[in-house]
Amino acid sequence: MRYAETGFNLEIDLTRGNIERVATDPKDTELYLGGLGTNAKIMWDRVPPEVDAFSPENLLIFSAGLLCGTPAIGCNRTIVTTISPQTKLMHFSMMGGFWAPELKHAGFDKVILRGKSPDLVYIWINNDKVEIRDASHLKGKGSNETAQLIMKELNEPKAQVAAIGLAGENRVFFASIEQGRSSASRGGIGAVMGDKGVKAIVVRGTSDIHVAQPAEFLEQCNEVMEYIKFREDHPIPGVIPILSVLGSPQEMMIHDEKWHTENFSWGNSRTRRRDYWTDEIAAEWMETLDSARTRMVSCYNCPLKCGATLNMPGLPTYMMKCFTKLTYTMAAMSNLDFGLTIAQKATEYGVDGYSAPQVMAFALELLENGILTEADFEGMPEKSEDRFFWMLDRIVRREGIGDVLANGTHWAAKEIGHGAEEYAHNNIKKHEQLPLKLGMLNPIYFLMYCTGEKINITQIEGQFPQAPFPKREHREKFVKDWFQVPDDKFKQYFLDWEPRGENSMPYYPTVEMTCEIVDWMEKMHYIDDALGMCAGLSSFHLKAPYHIHNYPKFISFGVGIEMDEEKLTQAVKRYRTLVRANNIRRGMRRKDEKPPEDHWKKRIPELEKELLDTYYAFKGWNNEGIPTLESLKELGLGYVAEDFINRGILTDA
Amino acid sequence: MPKKTIKTIRVDVDKCNGCRSCEVICSAFHAEPKYSSSNPARSRIRVIREPYSDMYVPVYAGEYTPAECAGRDKYTIDGKEYEECAFCRASCPSRPEFKEPDSGLPLKCDMCEGEDEPLCVKWCITDALIYEEREEEVDEEVEQEEMEIGLEALTSKYGLQQIKAVLSRMSEKE
Repeated sequence: MRYAETGFNLEIDLTRGNIERVATDPKDTELYLGGLGTNAKIMWDRVPPEVDAFSPENLLIFSAGLLCGTPAIGCNRTIVTTISPQTKLMHFSMMGGFWAPELKHAGFDKVILRGKSPDLVYIWINNDKVEIRDASHLKGKGSNETAQLIMKELNEPKAQVAAIGLAGENRVFFASIEQGRSSASRGGIGAVMGDKGVKAIVVRGTSDIHVAQPAEFLEQCNEVMEYIKFREDHPIPGVIPILSVLGSPQEMMIHDEKWHTENFSWGNSRTRRRDYWTDEIAAEWMETLDSARTRMVSCYNCPLKCGATLNMPGLPTYMMKCFTKLTYTMAAMSNLDFGLTIAQKATEYGVDGYSAPQVMAFALELLENGILTEADFEGMPEKSEDRFFWMLDRIVRREGIGDVLANGTHWAAKEIGHGAEEYAHNNIKKHEQLPLKLGMLNPIYFLMYCTGEKINITQIEGQFPQAPFPKREHREKFVKDWFQVPDDKFKQYFLDWEPRGENSMPYYPTVEMTCEIVDWMEKMHYIDDALGMCAGLSSFHLKAPYHIHNYPKFISFGVGIEMDEEKLTQAVKRYRTLVRANNIRRGMRRKDEKPPEDHWKKRIPELEKELLDTYYAFKGWNNEGIPTLESLKELGLGYVAEDFINRGILTDA
Repeated sequence: MPKKTIKTIRVDVDKCNGCRSCEVICSAFHAEPKYSSSNPARSRIRVIREPYSDMYVPVYAGEYTPAECAGRDKYTIDGKEYEECAFCRASCPSRPEFKEPDSGLPLKCDMCEGEDEPLCVKWCITDALIYEEREEEVDEEVEQEEMEIGLEALTSKYGLQQIKAVLSRMSEKE
């Protein structure tokens, strides 16, 4: 008997229309847990580096996390893994919502798509009955529109739908997969779904998910619930609002956007507007959000209300969470009303809320600087807001200049030439980043930006404070009930961290401390991504309900695998290394591991070199960022070592 | 007047965030052995939800009914059109709610017997579900009338003498 997981994957060959229910090896669960971990193993085994994003041989894996479908609170994430058309690396983008638990109750841990369907189809998984159905009538429909049409046509109001919009159908490199209030947005995974000819995957499941030690498991769940309530009553003082309370950044809840609007950059990640947030703007934005927002909504089995149901005048209802609230507004130098209006359209089209606005702001900069010309934008309206609507329509249809822009800033700049690459300035590994431009190099963030393979900072950071607290007494108070630390030394690192003077950035925390801090933060995210846990209750937060001390218990009691902190740490290291191995095999090296050139005004090359050297060694990687033979063997990844030797990536010295 | 305790869950649909934790914990509590599995399809509380219309109504299971009702009306509340069924607690032939998914047997809320409060309420920290106990006075006259109807039926079946004999035997035992 398998606990927490179903023990079956659904394999669908779209070229031949073949559907198979395949039993999985319980040993893989011990070695790689599930979710991202087992996805990385499947990608390693079946998607060699010769396979492009749009080859039929590329896989598109939708995986429920290991604990999805159990009563573990907030455990509802779908981890989507494929080769990204934009980065050409193994990408893992994730979404919350309701889809993953439904898949588990239908009797599957993963849906693995391969091949390409000759016609547009959708997949209907109704417990163990699985059909590939015609979707020609859904061609060009919006993602929410598609979900509603399918639920109606199947007469299944309880089905959960993950769908692409026009952007995915047209293989836009930053197309998302949408699921009502959630989306897997980064890396253009929606383009791969469109390339495979799949408009949607629809799931309904009514079977049980078991846990190994019921009473003990539930006791852990109850403790988490109690701690969530405690944190609701005790926000962390001295940090910005979105970090003081749990959840995905509570952008739908808060009105005060002073911090984001004045610290993040507007336009094509260019302009800091330091006195932007006035009383008038605060009042106007509050009015906009209050009148649009009809309800705060949650994901499956989670009391945090991070999403909102939004109704903009004359537009269909949609849902949103997090920072998309501001990205369109800031890229177009406009206001919140515009941001929430265009986001409705962008959600239906299915585009990433980070990349899409930035691509459009980039295009306008090229026009202003004469690299693109009026002829490229023939028919474009004058007003900034109207221009964004105009460009969005062209990008998702790949019409005219939209066809070039649909490949994202990196590839568009390459194609446009004439110095356009200077304007694609906010990428890491070819992927658009948050519009942050800051002063002094931050060693902790430097390492996370360089080496994070999610290539998205909010999915790497979290457990350690972003900045020192001004006074020692504040810090002493903070560490008092900070039981989430894996080791008490982290408390000391924080206690001694000063805003100014000897123990301040960039030389404190020291290089060694920085490595340990970054490693801890990354480890927590990787655990979440295997278990299907939301970072908003875990790795994204200081003092989170889930941490390194209770996770082994959740796994032991839930899955029935003997687990302790050491064994869990080793498992995480194993599949984290395997993610890297997939990308090393695809050519990723040290040269690719760098933040945007202008991320910090003041850079310190010697320190950066030392940081990367030390961190690579700390992780068991060589100076190129390649996992060493020794560390591969220690992790039981001898098959990776062998492949690296065969490919000449490493030599057997 | 004598009193009896009525147990009830007060539902505030405005506070519901649609997370379905109530369904998860209900199905886990009623699993055999307790908490050994979870499956919202077995839950005795359901969130009747239409996210794209912003409709979320948690309903806990009431009586089984062998026939569907004639009603099925529609109600418009705050501009949103609800089916009457969205508020109905019956396990009824017209819909899949409140039936065991494999056997089709009806499910009914038992207020999580043995717990301080129903677990759906405990896990709903947004307070869309509030447990309430209230005392209701029992009208003795009505009770007497009901007793008389019962006794009359017994008398007509067994005769008054027989009933008297049973009553006196019962009084001796006390």
